[in-house]
Amino acid sequence: MSGETEMERNEVREDGRRPPRAVVGSHRVKEEMFGRVFDTNVMRRIWVFVRPYRRELMISVVSVLIFTLSQLSIPIIIRTAIDEGLLAPDGRSALIWSVLAFAVAILVNFLSSLIQERIVGRVAENVLFDIREAMFAHLQRVSQSFMDKTEVGRLMSRLQGDVNAMQEFLETSVISVGDLVLLFGIVGCMLWLDWQLGLLTLSILPVLFLVRIVWLPRARDAFIAAHDTNSVTAGALAEGIHGVRTVQGMTRQTVNMQLFEDKATANLRTHLVAARYAQVLVPVVDALTGLAMAIVVVIGGQKVLNRSMDVGVMVAFLFFIQRFFDPVRSLTMQYSVMQRAMASGQRLTEVLDVPVGIKDAPDAVDLPPGTPAAVEFRDVRFSYVSDQPVLRGVDFTVAPGETVALVGPTGSGKSSIMSLIHRFYDVSEGAVLVGGHDVRRVSQRSLGAQIAMVLQEPFLFTGTVMENIRYNKATASDADVIEAARTVGAHDLIQRLPDGYQTELNERGANLSMGQRQLISFARALVADAPILVLDEATSSIDSKTEKQIQTALAILLRGRTGLIIAHRLATVRNADRILILSAGRIVEQGSHSELIAQGGTYARLFKANHASFDDGQV
Amino acid sequence: MAETKTHPAQHPVEVLGLTDTVSPSKGLRTMWRVFLIGTETPWQMAFALVSTLFAAVLQLIIPQLLGRAVDQSQVVSAGGHAATTQALLVTALLILGVSTLRGLFATFQNYFSEAVGHHTGLRLRLAYYDKIQHLSFGFHDRMHSGDLITLGLLDLEGARMFFATGVVRLLLLVVLIGFGGWWLIAIDPVLGLLALSFVPYVGWRSSTSQLELRQTWLDLQEHLSVLTRVMEENLAGIRVVRAFSAQEHELAKFRAASERALDLAHERVELRVRSTSAMTLSFFAAMGLVLLVGGLKVQAGSMTVGTLTAFLTFMMILQMPVRQLGMLVNSVARTSTCGARIFALMDLEPAVSNSPEAHVLTLTEGTLRLDHVSFAYPSAPDHLVLRDISFTAHRGEVIGIIGEQGSGKTTVAQLIPRFYDVTGGSITLDGQDIREVTLPSVRKAVAVVTQDVFMFTTTMENNIAYGNPWAPEAGIETSSSDAQLHDYIDALPERYRTVVGERGASLSGGQRQRMSIARSLILDPAVLIFDDSTAAIDARTEERIFAAIRAKVASRVTILIAHRLNTLSHADRILVLDGGRIAEQGTHAELLALNGRYRALYDLQHQSFGDRQ
Repeated sequence: MSGETEMERNEVREDGRRPPRAVVGSHRVKEEMFGRVFDTNVMRRIWVFVRPYRRELMISVVSVLIFTLSQLSIPIIIRTAIDEGLLAPDGRSALIWSVLAFAVAILVNFLSSLIQERIVGRVAENVLFDIREAMFAHLQRVSQSFMDKTEVGRLMSRLQGDVNAMQEFLETSVISVGDLVLLFGIVGCMLWLDWQLGLLTLSILPVLFLVRIVWLPRARDAFIAAHDTNSVTAGALAEGIHGVRTVQGMTRQTVNMQLFEDKATANLRTHLVAARYAQVLVPVVDALTGLAMAIVVVIGGQKVLNRSMDVGVMVAFLFFIQRFFDPVRSLTMQYSVMQRAMASGQRLTEVLDVPVGIKDAPDAVDLPPGTPAAVEFRDVRFSYVSDQPVLRGVDFTVAPGETVALVGPTGSGKSSIMSLIHRFYDVSEGAVLVGGHDVRRVSQRSLGAQIAMVLQEPFLFTGTVMENIRYNKATASDADVIEAARTVGAHDLIQRLPDGYQTELNERGANLSMGQRQLISFARALVADAPILVLDEATSSIDSKTEKQIQTALAILLRGRTGLIIAHRLATVRNADRILILSAGRIVEQGSHSELIAQGGTYARLFKANHASFDDGQV
Repeated sequence: MAETKTHPAQHPVEVLGLTDTVSPSKGLRTMWRVFLIGTETPWQMAFALVSTLFAAVLQLIIPQLLGRAVDQSQVVSAGGHAATTQALLVTALLILGVSTLRGLFATFQNYFSEAVGHHTGLRLRLAYYDKIQHLSFGFHDRMHSGDLITLGLLDLEGARMFFATGVVRLLLLVVLIGFGGWWLIAIDPVLGLLALSFVPYVGWRSSTSQLELRQTWLDLQEHLSVLTRVMEENLAGIRVVRAFSAQEHELAKFRAASERALDLAHERVELRVRSTSAMTLSFFAAMGLVLLVGGLKVQAGSMTVGTLTAFLTFMMILQMPVRQLGMLVNSVARTSTCGARIFALMDLEPAVSNSPEAHVLTLTEGTLRLDHVSFAYPSAPDHLVLRDISFTAHRGEVIGIIGEQGSGKTTVAQLIPRFYDVTGGSITLDGQDIREVTLPSVRKAVAVVTQDVFMFTTTMENNIAYGNPWAPEAGIETSSSDAQLHDYIDALPERYRTVVGERGASLSGGQRQRMSIARSLILDPAVLIFDDSTAAIDARTEERIFAAIRAKVASRVTILIAHRLNTLSHADRILVLDGGRIAEQGTHAELLALNGRYRALYDLQHQSFGDRQ
């Protein structure tokens, strides 16, 4: 262990106790892993995705049947070869015929398995991707409030883990059909060959079922425990990696190592228990197989001796017995797969059932291209949760070309106003009008074309700088993009990047500074070229030089546009044509900078305090 | 959320100094190393190997017993009917016994080899975690955290099972083919060779297809991670998507990524299906040949039906392990590449570590001195970020540092607790070079409050007491009051026991910064550095924080790094950094009077863009 000293070691053992307030990677949300075995509602929903492939599925079920039959035929052919070819006098031709039949059987086996596995594999993959696409597309349209309150990680585990569970289920369900047929086929063949011996041998089958029924719930608990400790350990590792700088800065390595060791050891223990459960059935199955073979040898051998049964039948029995337990084993395994799939399916349908919050009205019209860039709020009341109003009657208008700054403490309703203009949500009462049209009566696409938004957090996507600035404005040429970057003053910084506009941005643009990201998000808004600009000013600290660039860029961005800005910086506020002071969902003051100063109200008080920022301030 | 990252991350293979392909000798060394870790649980390993041996041998006996039974049942032996029945009964009991024993040994084989795998996993995991925690900032700057997680989860998983999937499987195969083949050929060379004829083809096919499958699997993973990124970014940035009405654009992006992945998934199915079908066909073809040739021999009277049955049954038994030869090859490939990566990381030495003769730092005066310090980040050794920085700070002093982005302010903050080692010059605390004292004692003496704060998913009190988990409740409350966080926490339903939302999501930027301040205050360090850590805190609260800590300022050196000049009003002395050098220094009034860079910054912050229009 590197970099460890005696001092650290002594410290951990202080009082011989573990530090009382130390944990690594804990507190996770647990999810049901297994659902009901069969959930008709879930099945119906999943069927919608399988339906397009029902022809392929039919073919694969048929080939599974043929495949199973060919497998069943092999011991029978061997039996015929022995009894009629080898032991019968002059059986040479029977032997040749048997071998030919064998050749046909294995060719059929080859072809049917090729067809069946290929189709099942492809269909399962297709369905998986279809479900994922449907969910992804749905998430694009669900209400913003759902997205606000749902963690990205949870949605991702729907889109990945749960969808994969469905795929596994589809693949195994076709195989299950084959297993069932194989099981019944073996039983049938044995009874047909010699019903007495067949019944005797089959009598051990219930024993295995019984053992598995007793075993399954216990084993499953052990498997779930192992699975859980896996994610706990993974979580602790991830936390240690993400927070490594804090860990080192606070010298927590030794304490963390001990705590991590606890978790990793617990993980080992649960896995060993699970391994025991997984293995405990192996000797049972082997013993039962041995028992079945012993029965065949004693009873069957007796019958052969008495000439009441052919020796080939005995050989065929021995072959069948060796295949006997495979379908039993895989069927019980598929039982778990199925339960897991139902639990996943349940969660998938939950996502697919999230209501689409905002839809175009049936009679929605497109905002005409020359719509005046005016915004009006008419006595708007709004709440995210029904009894907690966020806006309590907001009235204001922004004339075309005017710049209005919104100022107010966190929770005063600034962001809600911004979201309502773009109709991320619908108002509870009152109306929001853009260019004189109620936003609920126009198509969302045409509304979006009128409004460019710059969010507080300059979110960038993985991809080149060029792609990020162009974003979804496919009609913008490279020259347009460069022009926009030049206009907002981002061109020079982009030129300095290793590959200029073709520089690939890391996750969220991590290879750029906050200020640079903001300038790029400005350029993106400029390329979108909408007459109304809605902007939430960033609060994060930016050095003065970049700050100056951003102020300049903002002025350019606002030129000839209607602007509504959530302002945190004094400079921005002072330059607005009008300032609205919000408090607890109402506009409490409004006017220009000088008017408000003259009024000597809240704004004047804030201003006099000479804060560089209005954020967090008490109004 | 993420901690400050000064430099873009590099490809993990690059950081670890590896090449894309692993040479055979290196692969062997890696496997040997994994195997050696397994030998640390010698009993389990020995049990696993012995059980494998027994299970395989017992499995070979079963076909012979079955053949014997078939032969016994056909002719009444010399001893009469009863004796034959007796003999059959003995064979039956032997079959039952051998089967059961084989089952038991198979269980031991599987359990113990898996146990070796899990123990190996535990040892690797602990060593990995320990290494990660100690590798210095220079390493973490270059290595993407996501890659580290993949390494610690997937690569580790790939390496730890080597004993079970590689060693044990190989032994099983060798015994079955070796003993079984020898036995068959001894009975009948022609038929024996026929029965084994499928082995080379299936073995070859399974190995090559596994390697191909592995390649497509890796490709598929890469495409799936692109798809994951598209989805994840879309959901995380859904407001931007909606703000630009870019849903269609995003769907197109999704479809493009999804289709590429689907194509590969199909390719994979195709590959798998073709190779398994071909393997089955060749196996059955060999069986048909054995049936034909063996049948002819039985007819000619040179072989019994029982022996033929034994041959056929043996083929059934041999089928599975031969098909799994591919998995063995896969295990070797996985262990060599995954293991190579893990060991490459574990063999790294932290750039910043205790010198052999390091002693514990002793503080008396509490004087911090930077003496002609110059510095270049390890990732860009030619680019000096700091040049010739010298200053001394005595206990009780508050030093302000200001400068433009890239002037080296944060670097100063990271050198004092020795997150990096200086390139030139020295940093001393009471005359002791921080490179010559133990790391924990330096980090204990110096606390840095950073701008980006990492919140741990645990309670508020655990977060505040992160650096001192033994801190009494009163201490936690005091430092949270000083950081102006107490009122907020006090109003929460479970107060200090409230669990911070995932990665501190439920705290605002300002609250997170205050949390970070509380975390450092509780350590009561001799040097306390605020690295632009009040940027998201409003001026009035900031005022209160400094008022609260001013009482304790006398006992330590305080360094304030800021963009906001207001923050620096609390400093006794201000250093103005420019291009990695100290350009100006003095009190606020002195610096204003200088009419230099400080004055320019001051003017910039006190005018708005309107004034310039």
